[in-house]
Amino acid sequence: MTRPIIEMRNVVKSFGLFKALQGIDLRVKEGEIVVIIGPSGSGKSTLIRCINQLEEHNGGEIIVDGAEVGRGRKSTVLTEVGMVFQSFNLFPHMTVLRNVALGPVRVRGLSWAAAEERAQRLLARVGLEDHVVKYPAQLSGGQQQRVGIARALAMEPKVLLFDEPTSALDPEMVGEVLDVMQQLAKTGVTMVVVTHEMGFARKVADRVVFMDGGRIVEEGRPDEIFNAPRDPRLRSFLQAVLSH
Amino acid sequence: MATNLKALPVMSIFDTFLNWKVFIQTLPLLLSGLTTTLTLGVTAIVLGFIGGLVLALLRLYASSPLRQIAVAYIDVFRSIPILVLLVVIYYALPFVGLRLSSFGAAASALSLVSAAYSAEIFRAGIEAVPRGQFEAARAIGLSPWRRMSDVVLPQALRIVIPPITSNSINVMKDTALASVVAMPDLLKQATQAQALAANPTPLISAAIIYILILMPLVRLVGVFEKRLAVRGR
Ligand SMILES: Nc1ncnc2c1ncn2[C@@H]1O[C@H](COP(=O)(O)OP(=O)(O)OP(=O)(O)O)[C@@H](O)[C@H]1O
Ligand SMILES: [Mg+2]
Repeated sequence: MTRPIIEMRNVVKSFGLFKALQGIDLRVKEGEIVVIIGPSGSGKSTLIRCINQLEEHNGGEIIVDGAEVGRGRKSTVLTEVGMVFQSFNLFPHMTVLRNVALGPVRVRGLSWAAAEERAQRLLARVGLEDHVVKYPAQLSGGQQQRVGIARALAMEPKVLLFDEPTSALDPEMVGEVLDVMQQLAKTGVTMVVVTHEMGFARKVADRVVFMDGGRIVEEGRPDEIFNAPRDPRLRSFLQAVLSH
Repeated sequence: MATNLKALPVMSIFDTFLNWKVFIQTLPLLLSGLTTTLTLGVTAIVLGFIGGLVLALLRLYASSPLRQIAVAYIDVFRSIPILVLLVVIYYALPFVGLRLSSFGAAASALSLVSAAYSAEIFRAGIEAVPRGQFEAARAIGLSPWRRMSDVVLPQALRIVIPPITSNSINVMKDTALASVVAMPDLLKQATQAQALAANPTPLISAAIIYILILMPLVRLVGVFEKRLAVRGR
């Protein structure tokens, strides 16, 4: 139960000469909720995108569910990692139901009927049972993001990655998405969440990771991070985000 | 003809260019030409579409040698005048033992060139699909092929409808070039009919038929473009 499902050892990622990740060491245990915070450009997105190989790291090792990923390896383990994007990235030419059912059919080999049944169930779970036949463009941002979450869940992933899932939302829709994520956190799925929602981090995270300049500068339980930050960079970051 | 000399000028224009009797007489010939033109055009459009899609995918995703071949193909066939290509295929290839019918030669020339233009259109369409779509498709674990067929191409095809329709219009127009290799297309039959009837009415009729067939497509492109502009892509 406590073995690491994600293990990053000295992970380096460069874009040309620029090093976006400068030696990341991070272990995430099964069922753990890790929230990553940090200023813009600190490498948060790059870090989680390396986990599911949307970016390929150039140094170090990333082990997901016991198998090393990346550096030319083709890994089936990545189908165990789901991702929720800031800009939703729903497939605009498919109904909501299809969006959610597609992965299970194409990757897990379910029949359309079985996959759509699963999709119905998951969409009901995120409160969208009345919208299954709509197209993404017909939904609000908050609803679209909940579809995004259902789509990731449909693959029954062991790990869910969230890259600023509420940053593109109007303020009044942030709550509905965070509620769904909070519900999800109770189900035992491992979650790695990049967010600027400090309230969510405080309430839901098992561990908060603070990044700056491509490094993990400080990590700890939410109360440690928010009540007793040690690194000056973390302190000034918290001051800046909590002051408004 | 001589009786017409004394008639009003406007009547003589009608008798000369839009002679009803000549029109009726030569209509069967024109219609057979039209059938050939349409068959040729549709064949070239379909082959060019398929070839263009394959070339675009090779150009974007194939590894080195294949990709370079696709790039070279596209550049060469966008540079060569269709008429030159047609003449080479029809008159030069027999010297190396490849003898095509006039229809075969014309269909080949038109499809080869159309594929090159279509390839660039498809490439632009695929590149216009937002990056997040590729990433989302990957993140749910779709294979490269499935990412294309389920997620990217359906969106790209929608984007390329107007330019692909424009290209199809060009292919249809270019079918008229096939008359130089003695293919009995609409233009060729009209010229023939003109000679037989000693009257230019068939040529005028042919011109009108071309316009009647292509103008709706031209209008359609306008409608597509307006619709895309409204959607704000
Ligand atoms: N594809 C890329 N090419 C070049 N540089 C990149 C690329 N992606 C990210 N970077 C750079 O890497 C650094 C880290 O980017 P990243 O997106 O991971 O930051 P972030 O912490 O997620 O920031 P934000 O809060 O703004 O999303 C930035 O300086 C960024 O400019
Ligand atoms: Mg980011």
